[in-house]
Amino acid sequence: MTQRTRNWLLLAPAGAWFMVMLIIPLTVVFIFSFGERAPSGGVVLAFTFEQYGNLPARWAAFKNTMTLAPIGTLSALLIAYPLAYFLAVKANPKWKTILLVLVIVPFWTSILIRSYAWIFLLGGRGIPALLDVIGIEGVRLINTPFAVLVGIIYGYLPLMVFPIYVSLDKLDKRLLEASSDLGAKSWKTFLQITLPLSIPGIATGCMLVFILLMGEYLIPAMLGGGKVFFVGNALVDLFLQSRNWAYGSAVAVTLVVVMLITVTIYMRLIYRLGASREDVSIM
Amino acid sequence: MRLYAFCVYLFLYIPIGVIALFSFNAGRHASQMQGFSTKWYGKTLSNPFVMDALETSLIVAFTSALCASVFGTMAAVALQGIRGPLRTAFDMLIYIAVMIPGIVIGIATLIGLVTVFDQLNPLLAALWPEGLNPPKLRMGMGSLIAAHTMFLMALVVIIVRARLVGMDRSLIEASSDLYATPMGTFMQVTLPMIFPAILAGFLLSFTFSFDDFIIAFFVAGSETTLPIYVFSSIRRGVTPEINAIGTMVLSVSLLLLIAAQLLLQRGGHKSK
Repeated sequence: MTQRTRNWLLLAPAGAWFMVMLIIPLTVVFIFSFGERAPSGGVVLAFTFEQYGNLPARWAAFKNTMTLAPIGTLSALLIAYPLAYFLAVKANPKWKTILLVLVIVPFWTSILIRSYAWIFLLGGRGIPALLDVIGIEGVRLINTPFAVLVGIIYGYLPLMVFPIYVSLDKLDKRLLEASSDLGAKSWKTFLQITLPLSIPGIATGCMLVFILLMGEYLIPAMLGGGKVFFVGNALVDLFLQSRNWAYGSAVAVTLVVVMLITVTIYMRLIYRLGASREDVSIM
Repeated sequence: MRLYAFCVYLFLYIPIGVIALFSFNAGRHASQMQGFSTKWYGKTLSNPFVMDALETSLIVAFTSALCASVFGTMAAVALQGIRGPLRTAFDMLIYIAVMIPGIVIGIATLIGLVTVFDQLNPLLAALWPEGLNPPKLRMGMGSLIAAHTMFLMALVVIIVRARLVGMDRSLIEASSDLYATPMGTFMQVTLPMIFPAILAGFLLSFTFSFDDFIIAFFVAGSETTLPIYVFSSIRRGVTPEINAIGTMVLSVSLLLLIAAQLLLQRGGHKSK
């Protein structure tokens, strides 16, 4: 058996699996998005842009996603950066690994249960009840954009901390010493050395969080209470409740296209800031 | 600075802690602590719906993590020795699998498989011998395992490949210089070195599949996984039972994850 045959055989199962479970289904979604709704709830194949023409009907979902996803990403960045800086530069090396693991681990646990925890905390008997005790009354937190934002930050903070930590950890600490030896104030060292050198980490973190937020369903469903909904919530409604596959497919295709365009523009901007291609990687 | 970090850790762990605390609540109300008791754990564990959902989740997570680890590792090893269009195509597939939002993967799998099944079922019925009940393809555990495996394979390829890249090539060359067969080299040199990464990939895959809600929501058909059960009970209101399930799920995934992290860290240090 030549090496070539062997490699083909090794790749065959994964390749076939990706074909059947990824490429064919995505193609079906693409084709259906040009179809028409069948009376029975299925799709009549056609070539019409009617579904895309109806997209404005779901404009609110796109608007919410495209405002709360960037705001959520930025808030997560602002909270994550100081923590990543602390872990990479200031933390005791002995504790570093365990502290880092403690940040990453929540990301991999059930987002469902972690969002549920906030229903609990933000609901009537949680934080609002505590505020009541100290005299601030009538605060409503659950089912507001704020609740969704808290859920987003809580859910995606670990994913933001990690890449920033990696880029700060790689940073040569002697640069910082040199800078302060040469009389630079600490904020100046930060602005001129630390921050620019951590841009790749910031870029990766923001992109990861943003991509995941674009397709978010659970957090708005649980903390937004039907008032704050994302494209994901519109998709669940279209496919599982009203069973409008053709229109739903058009919404899904649009979501992916909007995501790809945003990510491409974003990557361009980042390269212009001077990060190299290898640095900005989602893997 | 240290205080800030401390606050962020509080932010990360207080909600989890609150859930765990209230799961030991003796009272019937989810958000009013009325003494310590483990009765909700007992109630949860004797609820047949929870146990059924748990069983489904465990079967799906184990099978898809296993398939993903095997096929993903095979692909990662093969990709190591390949350049050119095939490599580019595979990189693209992995990139797509990771980039496309989970909800779109769920939708695509649902309508893709339902469309294919609608074509195949009459065919199967026609081909099936007279008098016997023809099998009917439908959404269920099989489609869920297939969908999870697809996504998790991409994850395993990424993890195992990172380990292969960090590996010392000279060991493989030495092994083949010493007339080991390619299979021998793989079993005795490559596999032991990448094994921690494969195991970590398996554990991460298992937790991912076990915790996944959104793909399962579309693909599971009439099956109920544990996250689907929890989601629909939350819809009906917050109960101490959910706290108990949540605490158990979080504890198990925390254990698996810490194991996976340690494996990845240890594996990483050895190569240096």
